Amino acid sequence: MNASVLRVSGIGKAFRTYRSEWQRIFSWFGVSVTPAAEHWVLRGVSFSVAPGEAVGIVGQNGAGKSTLLKLITGTQRATEGGIEINGRIAAILELGMGFNPEFTGRQNVNHAAGLMGFSREAIEQTMPEIEAFAEIGEYFNQPMRTYSSGMQMRVIFAVATAFRPEILIVDEALSVGDTYFQHKSFDRIRQFKEQGTSLLFVTHSMGDVRALCDRVILLDKGRVLKDGQPDEVVDYYNALIAEKENAKLTVEQRRGKNGWLLTKSGTGKVRVTSLKLLDAATGQELAAAHVGQKVELVCEASIYEDVPHLVLGYMIRDKQGHVVWGTNTWHTKQIQRGIRKGEIITYKFPFECALGPGSYSVTTGLTATDTHLADNYEWSDNLFVFDVVNVDKPIFIGNVWLEGQFSIRYKNR
Amino acid sequence: MTAMLLRAWRYRHFILSSIRTEFRARFIRSRLGGLWMIIHPLTQAAIFALVMAGMMGARLPGMTNNKFAYALYLLSGMLAWSLFSEVISRCLTLFIDNGNLLKKIVFPHISLPLIVSGSALFNNLLLFLAIIVLFGLLGHVPGVQMAWVPLLMLITLTLALGIGLILGVLNVFIRDVGQVVPVVLQLGFWFTPIVYTPNVVPEAFRPFLHVNPMTTVVQSFQNAMLFNMAPDFVGLAWLVLVTLLLLGGAFIMFRRASAEMVDVL
Repeated sequence: MNASVLRVSGIGKAFRTYRSEWQRIFSWFGVSVTPAAEHWVLRGVSFSVAPGEAVGIVGQNGAGKSTLLKLITGTQRATEGGIEINGRIAAILELGMGFNPEFTGRQNVNHAAGLMGFSREAIEQTMPEIEAFAEIGEYFNQPMRTYSSGMQMRVIFAVATAFRPEILIVDEALSVGDTYFQHKSFDRIRQFKEQGTSLLFVTHSMGDVRALCDRVILLDKGRVLKDGQPDEVVDYYNALIAEKENAKLTVEQRRGKNGWLLTKSGTGKVRVTSLKLLDAATGQELAAAHVGQKVELVCEASIYEDVPHLVLGYMIRDKQGHVVWGTNTWHTKQIQRGIRKGEIITYKFPFECALGPGSYSVTTGLTATDTHLADNYEWSDNLFVFDVVNVDKPIFIGNVWLEGQFSIRYKNR
Repeated sequence: MTAMLLRAWRYRHFILSSIRTEFRARFIRSRLGGLWMIIHPLTQAAIFALVMAGMMGARLPGMTNNKFAYALYLLSGMLAWSLFSEVISRCLTLFIDNGNLLKKIVFPHISLPLIVSGSALFNNLLLFLAIIVLFGLLGHVPGVQMAWVPLLMLITLTLALGIGLILGVLNVFIRDVGQVVPVVLQLGFWFTPIVYTPNVVPEAFRPFLHVNPMTTVVQSFQNAMLFNMAPDFVGLAWLVLVTLLLLGGAFIMFRRASAEMVDVL
C-alpha cells in the first residue's frame, strides 16, 4: 500500500547498559564503546497502516506495546529500523502530563495545546469548541485541583482531539469517565476515522478490539507474532495465554468456509470428539434452528489421559464475535472427578433457542477449573457454527428473542 | 542546529506561555509570589553588608564619598551571581524534573532550557530594577555606563546556559553531578570577587582569580553600575569566546544525548 500514513520497517529498540556511565558519554563523541549489556525490548517489527484504518495492538505486559507506541510517537528513538509518518500524531492519555492542578481548565488547555505545537491563534479559535465538548460548565474556569478525575479526563480528551490528527493513539484511558462521555468520545473517534484518521488502539479488552479494530497486531517478546483480522488474532491470543500455563504450545488455526475461524489449543488430555445441535423433540441434527425452537447441544468428550477434574464450558458468539451467552459445569456445580483414560462423556444441554436471526458459533472449553488459564485440556473457538432463522415470529432485530406482545388501549375514544 | 532552532520557533507560543505560567504559578498561592525572587538576593546582600561592612569594618577603596559604598558593591555583584546560579541550578535538574514530560510527549526538548532562560532573565530584570531603586535610596545615581548591563546579562545567561546544559545532561546519567554542583557553586561564589574586592586577595593569587570566568562578569557589572566604567573589552572578548565554545559544546552534547536521555529517565 503506497498511501500508508504510518510505515514501520524493521524497527528495534535496545536499552544499553555500560560498565560506566562515562563510557556512554564518550560514545556520544565518537569513541566506539561496546556496551556491557544490550537488552532488546523490540526487534524486527514491521507493519504499515492505511488512512482510516483502526489497528489494535495487543500483547501481554512486557510484550513491547508501550515501547512501540513511544517509538511511533517519537518520544523514544529506535535503535534500528525506520518509521515513516505522514501527518500528525496525537495520543490521548499522555496529555494530562503537562497539566498544573493550580491552574484553571482554560489555562491548562491553552498550555497543553501549546505543548502540542499549536499557535496562539489556532488555540484561541478552537477554545470555545473545546469548552463545549468537555461540558464541565463553570468548572472550566476553576483550578483543576477541584476537578474529579472524570472531569479531568473530559478536558484532556477535549484538547487531545480538538484538532483532527492523521494518527490517533487511543489507550485504555478511554474507559475513564461516565457512560455519556464515553459514548461522546467514541463518536468523535468514529468521526475522525471516517474523515481518514488512522487509529492505534492499545488495550487489554478483547471486546474493544473486536468491536473497534479492522486489524490487530499481536506482540510477544518484542516481536510481531500475528498480524491479521481481529477474530483471528484475538482467538490466537487467548489460546496463547492459556498455553503459557501449559508447557506445550500447540495452537492451530484455520478458517472455515463461511468465514468463522477455528482456533484450537490445549494439552489434548481431553478432546471434544463430536459437537452437534439437535432438535429436542425429534433428535434430528440441525444446521439452522428456528427462533424459539427447543434444541439440544450435545457434546462428546473423549478422555486420552487420566484427569482429576473436568469442566466443560460453552460459549455462543454472534458474527461480530460478541459473546451472547456462556457458562460451564463449574458454575452449574457439575464438575466431573477422577476420570480415567479411555472414558467417553456425553454432555447434553437442552435449551430454547431464544436468539435473533443470524449466524452463531459455539466455542467449547475443556478445563480443570472455571478458567481456561489453569489447566487447559482443549479450547476450541468457533468449533460449531449454526444459523438461526425467523420462521414463525414477527420481524424483530437484535440477538435476543423476547417473548411478548403489544397491548394497545386508547385513552379517550 | 538550525533545524533545532526552527522547531523551537514553531513552539514559541508554548515557550512564552510556559514562562508566563511559571510566574502565575508563583503568585497563585503565595501573597508575595514572584517578589520572593527579589527578596532572597536582597536579604543576602543585606546580611553580607551588615556583617562585612558594619562589624568587620570593610571599606571600599576608591569610593569613600558614599557610606553605603560596600552595600552598593555587593548588590551589583549579587545581580550577576544570582542570574548565573539560578540558571545553573535549574538546568542541573531540568531534565530530571521534566522526566515525565520528556517520556510521554513529543516536543522540541530545546524548549526546556529556553523556558528556563526566559524566566531567569525576567527575574533578573526585576531584581535589576529593584537594585536601581535601592541605589537611588542609598544616594548613588548610576551613570551612562549602566547601559552595558543588559548586554552583560545576556552574556552571563549564555555562559550559565552552556555550563548548566552540560551539567544537566550529565546529571541524567550520573546523579552525583546533582549533588556536587551546589557545593561547587557555593565555592565559586567565594572565588568570585563579590563580597570582597580583588585587592584584598594576596598578590600571588590574584591572577588565578581570572581563571574564573565569573570574575570578569562580576567585575563588568560592578564597573557599569558602580564606577560608571565601560567593561574591560579584552577580558569581555575572551569571556564571549569561552561562552560560545561552552554553549556550542553543550548543544552538541545535548543533541547526542537527547535520544538516550529518555531511555534512562
